[in-house]
Amino acid sequence: MVNGIIGKKVGMTQVFGADGVVAPVTVLKAGPCVIAQVKTAGTDGYESVQLGLVEAKPKKENKPSQGHFKKAGVPATRVRREVTLKAGGDAVKAGDQVNASIFAEGERVDVIGTSRGKGFQGVVKRHHFAGGRMSHGSMFHRAPGSIGASSYPSRVVKGMRMGGHMGNKQITVRNLKIVRIDLENNLVLIEGSVPGGPNAVVVIRKAIAAKPIRIAQVEPVKKKGKK
Amino acid sequence: MTAIEELVEKSQLTTKPDMKSGDTVRVHVKVREGDKERIQIFEGIVIGMHRGGIRASFTVRKVSFGQGVERIFPLHSPTIAKVDIVRSAQVRRAKLYFLRNLKGKAARMKETKRTTT
Repeated sequence: MVNGIIGKKVGMTQVFGADGVVAPVTVLKAGPCVIAQVKTAGTDGYESVQLGLVEAKPKKENKPSQGHFKKAGVPATRVRREVTLKAGGDAVKAGDQVNASIFAEGERVDVIGTSRGKGFQGVVKRHHFAGGRMSHGSMFHRAPGSIGASSYPSRVVKGMRMGGHMGNKQITVRNLKIVRIDLENNLVLIEGSVPGGPNAVVVIRKAIAAKPIRIAQVEPVKKKGKK
Repeated sequence: MTAIEELVEKSQLTTKPDMKSGDTVRVHVKVREGDKERIQIFEGIVIGMHRGGIRASFTVRKVSFGQGVERIFPLHSPTIAKVDIVRSAQVRRAKLYFLRNLKGKAARMKETKRTTT
């Protein structure tokens, strides 16, 4: 059994629990995926599986990647990601189908995706610098301040936080809870937000350090007559 | 966004009476106490309806012991058992926030006969 699946972000909404508690959820279209290649310790040095996301309208693939999928005996897919295998699980082979049924409702998952690109940003937005005040004669607004004193160290130390390109990089959000799984439509509802905008490709994998799921404490019944 | 609306939100939408701003309503709220469940009624004037599919809500205002109380209910929440419309008033705007500054006689409104459909 594989430990993850490729999904596409559909958007966000909210769902009501049975007790009326609202959960903010991200709707992900997870799979269906095919196994394009099984990597083994013998041939590749490690064990994993290459998944391909099957799309409704397949894009044209070039000859080399078509050949790669021909080996697995499945139609070529554009989006491919590697996921690990569950140790001691059932053996998988190239060409197998994978869908959201590998997860269960209430399970913890990690979501890996590419965050939204923010362009060139200053230190206040990029590194949460406090900045200065905007008015009352302040002449220091959103600048980074001193980045290296003149006599010592007389240079800018490496790794100094400065303005620069922000976003558009791989982000992993860990320990998100699966609220609901709709196998018919390949939808997975995950509590909270995941990186990227609509149609962003994400990998949903079983949480590598799963937090225990808290069960809501039932309120003790108040005794009547006492105040 | 259609996938969300069709597949996720649609099944959660509940049918509530066709209330609007100016209606006096009795909202029956399910309250859980320990393992017992009972119905609590909140009666007041609807001072605003807020759209947004499953996120839709409405605000009910009442004056309790001289103190104005407003409660915002999610329209499609499963904790709302039912909503009764007690009476309707003639209002000329959708959001009746001006009622917050009025009290007593000034906060009265002209009643209208609703044509029930």
